[in-house]
Amino acid sequence: MPDQPVREALTETLAHQVLGRLADVEGPYFGEFGGRFVPEALIAALDELETAYRKALGDPAFTDELARLHREYTGRPSPLTEVPRFAEHCGGAEAGHRVFLKREDLNHTGSHKINNVLGQALLVKRMGKTRVIAETGAGQHGVATATAAALLDLECVVYMGEEDTQRQALNVARMRLLGAEVVPVTIGSRTLKDAINEALRDWVANVESTHYLLGTVTGPHPFPEMVREFHRIIGEEAREQILERTGRLPDAVAACVGGGSNALGIFNAFLDDEGVSLHGFEAGGEGIESGRHAARFSGGAPGVLHGARSYLLQDDDGQTLPSHSVSAGLDYPSVGPAHSWLHDLGRATYEPVTDDEAMEAFRLLCRTEGIIPAIESAHALAGALRLGREAAEAGRTGQVILVNLSGRGDKDVATAARWFGLLDEDQTDATPEGDQ
Amino acid sequence: MSTTTDTSPAAMSTTGARLDALRAEGRAALVGYLPAGFPDVERSIEAVLAAVDAGADVVEIGVPYTDPVMDGPVIQRAAEAALAAGTRVRDVLRVVEAVAEHSGGRVPALVMTYWNPVLRYGVDAFARDLAAAGGAGLITPDLIPDEGGDWIAASQEHGLDRVFLVAPSSTPERLALTARASRGFVYAASTMGVTGTRDQVGDRAEQLVADTRAAGADHVCVGLGVSSGAQAAEVGRFADGVIVGSALVRPLLADRPWADRLDALRATVADLADGVRRARGGPGAGT
Ligand SMILES: Cc1ncc(COP(=O)(O)O)c(C=O)c1O
Repeated sequence: MPDQPVREALTETLAHQVLGRLADVEGPYFGEFGGRFVPEALIAALDELETAYRKALGDPAFTDELARLHREYTGRPSPLTEVPRFAEHCGGAEAGHRVFLKREDLNHTGSHKINNVLGQALLVKRMGKTRVIAETGAGQHGVATATAAALLDLECVVYMGEEDTQRQALNVARMRLLGAEVVPVTIGSRTLKDAINEALRDWVANVESTHYLLGTVTGPHPFPEMVREFHRIIGEEAREQILERTGRLPDAVAACVGGGSNALGIFNAFLDDEGVSLHGFEAGGEGIESGRHAARFSGGAPGVLHGARSYLLQDDDGQTLPSHSVSAGLDYPSVGPAHSWLHDLGRATYEPVTDDEAMEAFRLLCRTEGIIPAIESAHALAGALRLGREAAEAGRTGQVILVNLSGRGDKDVATAARWFGLLDEDQTDATPEGDQ
Repeated sequence: MSTTTDTSPAAMSTTGARLDALRAEGRAALVGYLPAGFPDVERSIEAVLAAVDAGADVVEIGVPYTDPVMDGPVIQRAAEAALAAGTRVRDVLRVVEAVAEHSGGRVPALVMTYWNPVLRYGVDAFARDLAAAGGAGLITPDLIPDEGGDWIAASQEHGLDRVFLVAPSSTPERLALTARASRGFVYAASTMGVTGTRDQVGDRAEQLVADTRAAGADHVCVGLGVSSGAQAAEVGRFADGVIVGSALVRPLLADRPWADRLDALRATVADLADGVRRARGGPGAGT
């Protein structure tokens, strides 16, 4: 691994001569991905949003208020935790790797989703809109949106696939406690993609009063760029924290990739550091061969869904294929366009992690460190185990691996209990439907 | 005046010519939408031909798609059933061909499709095969001209119409852009919303049509929410065409023998056809 000055020189070359700073690329296109494949009826609202967001980012009244909420409400900066007992399983104790977790699970509402939600909710106030709608898969984005709506006095409707309302029943109750209306979506595959369809239909009809508070780096421009901006704080904090703790940049950064917001948030601060390898882990479900997965980069091809061109699970006719994952938050057939761009550039790699591997990593973190991760985040942990093993096999020891722990596992306890057979039969009946 | 600067031999728009002919008769066109493949491909052909015989002047053949974000429950249900019955994108071309043959080319058949099925088929290949099938062009609810470079090129090449949409929220700049990019007609969404029948056609429709004409469009047809002859008469007063979708699909979804469903469809089309004929009080009334 090159030392710091050499690495910085490489970074300079990459950043200034070849491509410009990757971290600051603006939409609507990331390479050949992104765009605005939406009905004309939404264009005026997207333009209004883009204008409001660019103005807000340059306005201290906005950025100070967001920073105050991060500090006093969310609990930022989120800690960086070294996990040595877990790290022993990354290629074995002899490999001497160090693993650090960026603790987005400790944010208010339990995941990284709140970063984006607070940013957009403040924008909604500035645009003078009174109602927000959102889609949710695992329920984390819905809970975060319902939370911000309560805080800022906005009407809130959350669309959720019926299948997800069953496997994430506790989050449905949380949203209702917070005053949101939760609408189960019963058309199509009844998961996240269908919830997005319903949210888009609502938005077209109510766009004058309503903001669509999209939960990840997908969708039409300016969402992919804007949501990245609201999550870049993850990587900026983590970069500073790891420099302080280890005196150097990490060798590898690992994150799970559903729509891609937590991954882009942490990758972004390292995109222009050539010596840092970036690794996204998608839901491999029951394995690529099974056809039951959400691995867009292994099993998909570029196409258009929900307003953006990106990698997509689709059949020969361009019909969207259903995705599958043990984790509702990764169960989506497309991915944010910036990831497709980074994939094709070769700047980041994307690999599938199966349900089995993710659940094994889930258990390992519980047992070795006393941290129950979200099953989504467990995909990143499984990825870190793989990276550590591969590095050790290649003779590289003492690697520093940074993992984005995007959320906590409270919502997944019922699923995990079923998976590991931890409950007696009558208790199993009493838990919400787990999807296995 | 043409809305495009096209000078190729294929510059004559099939749909535009039909709308001009009807304008000379002093009335708006009845544009009827039906999904290909519902309840199966053969019966969807029967339904479209029945609509033509009952008075549809132009037809839109819908490509069933898994994620129809511009459609309300009626068309969603039909699309879902069409996909479940195994309808493929290429089947849509069979329906188009049947209309072209049946009407001897008199009734333009446009294909209404979300963009990904066309991307996957290949934009140029789809344009070529659609033209070969006798199709008139495409209506693209989730493709704005800004993203439509490949399609604009392919449609020029194959002499096909490009129907883009405008909405009550469109700015004057976007109306002008869309009018310039369109060929055949511009589709004015009467209201902010998705397809479905409504008691009232949006009161912004008339203004939107006037604004779209002022922005340079030769022909403007109005869709979303029209379901009765009375509504068709109202819209036919100011638009070049009245687009009806859900109201035609709904009778086909009923739980009745197929022949009865077809009869109900014919009756609905006849009522609407009567509406567009009443709109302007007779031949030569003009726009
Ligand atoms: C904890 C957690 N991590 C990750 C994700 C996936 O989203 P993204 O890829 O946008 O970070 C979700 C989505 O619900 C989530 O709840």
